[in-house]
Amino acid sequence: MSAPARTETRTLTRSSPHEAVLEVRDLTVDYIGPDGAVTACKDVTLSLRRGEILGIAGESGSGKSTLITALTRLQRPPAATTSGSITFHPRDGRAGIDLVGLSPRELRRLRWSTMSIVLQSAMDALNPVMRLGDQFADVLRTHYRDLDRSGARDRTTELLAMVGISADRARSFPHEMSGGMRQRATIALALACEPELVVMDEPTTAVDVVMQRQILAQVLRLRRELGFAVVIVTHDLSLLLEVADRIAIMYAGRIVEVGTASALYRDPAHPYTRGLRDSFPPLHAPLRELRGIPGTPPDLRRPPSGCPFHPRCPVRVEACQSTLPALVPLPEQEAACLLLTSEENP
Amino acid sequence: MTVVTDVSAPAAPTTRLRVPSRWAFLARRLGFYLTAAWAAITLNFLLPRLMPGDPSVAIVDQLQRVSGRQLPPETLVSIQTLFGDPDANLAEQYLAYLGQLARFDLGISISRFPTPVADLVASGLPWTLMLVGTTTVLAFVIGTGLGVLTGWKAGGRFDAIVTPASTFISSVPYFWVALIALWVFAFELRWLPSSGGYDPDLEGPAFWLSALRYGILPAATIVFSAFGGWLLGMRNMTVTTVREEYVLLAQAKGLSPSRVVLRYAARNAMLPSFTGFALALGGVIGGALLTEIVFSYPGIGYLLYDSLTKRDYPVMQGVFLLIALTVLLANLIADSVYVFVDPRVREQG
Repeated sequence: MSAPARTETRTLTRSSPHEAVLEVRDLTVDYIGPDGAVTACKDVTLSLRRGEILGIAGESGSGKSTLITALTRLQRPPAATTSGSITFHPRDGRAGIDLVGLSPRELRRLRWSTMSIVLQSAMDALNPVMRLGDQFADVLRTHYRDLDRSGARDRTTELLAMVGISADRARSFPHEMSGGMRQRATIALALACEPELVVMDEPTTAVDVVMQRQILAQVLRLRRELGFAVVIVTHDLSLLLEVADRIAIMYAGRIVEVGTASALYRDPAHPYTRGLRDSFPPLHAPLRELRGIPGTPPDLRRPPSGCPFHPRCPVRVEACQSTLPALVPLPEQEAACLLLTSEENP
Repeated sequence: MTVVTDVSAPAAPTTRLRVPSRWAFLARRLGFYLTAAWAAITLNFLLPRLMPGDPSVAIVDQLQRVSGRQLPPETLVSIQTLFGDPDANLAEQYLAYLGQLARFDLGISISRFPTPVADLVASGLPWTLMLVGTTTVLAFVIGTGLGVLTGWKAGGRFDAIVTPASTFISSVPYFWVALIALWVFAFELRWLPSSGGYDPDLEGPAFWLSALRYGILPAATIVFSAFGGWLLGMRNMTVTTVREEYVLLAQAKGLSPSRVVLRYAARNAMLPSFTGFALALGGVIGGALLTEIVFSYPGIGYLLYDSLTKRDYPVMQGVFLLIALTVLLANLIADSVYVFVDPRVREQG
């Protein structure tokens, strides 16, 4: 494999003392259609440190779901990764592996033991005609060749216990469990092969708010105990502000701002991030006037010229229509806004 | 049905409740099928008696036409004694009929007097079961297997060739396929016999080999005409199932492709086909009427055709009853097995 040497690890936040588990460089994903390609992710560069929780937020159609199917190499035609690299660094110190160049067989070997996924709807993510325990056993015995049936059963019991599900549930079919229990079961399933990275696609949208909190608390506790990194994708920025270490904001297929959760909450540098933050009520601060973001996300088939956010931006200037802003490093975050490069800050 | 347990109830103690609910479900179904079987038997008894006309008069007419002379009135009386008096009490007749059925007595054939109908049915049944049973299973297995392959890579090259071809094949009328096959392989090439089910001059293993040889053409034409329907149904279900999240998750788990296709995609896509397959098995007995006529195959279909042309009422009645009961039995088996194939139906009556 052509593993790119990790020469320059000057990642998004300048100080990165921790080793990265995943590095994404200039990732571009196109949907190939009869009328040409539509770019759903453009030049996405991200770095994820070991044990870190990275949130990715954005409106529907911002490219966040496209990004995670590309990250996990689960995309299906017509989606295609047209350029960029996704480098995974194993914890045993071996050289990084570029997932984009792997053959299906090599990829299968890495799946679940390095990177697992929790899908949005647990009802649809579990096979309706297989007992829960069998859905644990098949992945366990695929990746741990010498594990026998009773070993797989013991491990399943252990995994289910981690999310507070009793062992006899392994004999249940998915339809016999409640929504929250199914979602916790899929989280336990994701941890089956001790992955270094768990990707979660809207993991709590299908359950009620009480269950949401319970599930997130469990994820945080398990992350503390087991040390896996998490990429969590959601349109719910308030949820990310609570659980994520860092947050990336996507707009029209690009990352427009990325930084620590606290910085993005206290002092968002991009007008789109400010708009998102101000569109939900603060939990602990005094109430302020809520504002939505006027307009709708752009049509990716005909992206606007210059900064893709300029048609909806309240603080746009003349140059926004023609110049595409690059990510500008700031003390605690990076943001792609022309106002940050000009002398006066907004 | 009446009882629908709340599927979404969160904390149902499943392991202990599931087994009784499965049996209760089966018991309910069994009751339903016993009622249906009784109704079929009763209808089979009533229908000939409700038809206008008197079969004994028809028999006398037929005998007169064949022999070309007038028959004495005693003949009618003796026929009525033999086959049953139309003026007898209906309830008594019904009880007598049930008694006969309990002894597997289906009456006596008119056209092949005095062979009992039960004997005729028993001699045709193995041939039909072997021919149509085997081909129904074969067509299902081939069609469903190809359907999974085409559906998994829908739009691929295999799909682009096989799917239109099987659509074409399954739209060709069966009798036409059978006649062309008969003409090409039996009359032009002389590879295979043109009619019958076996060579009557042979015995032992040679007899069975001849039965196999005689069966090739009828079997091949049935499979050829029937597999396309299974293929299209399975292909379309697979195309939908492949997009399900659990198939995506199975791929994310790094399972082998064959496991993803078989245990996750095909296993779920097969559920509708399974019901169709069970019904097709029920149709096996009455099924291959055209095949057996074209190839003069000595099965139940040919027996029915023969009895229809000769107006042999007792044989017709016997065959109809057999068909009705087999369809019911196949449905019962399908229902019972489906409970194990799809765990979700257990909760619904």
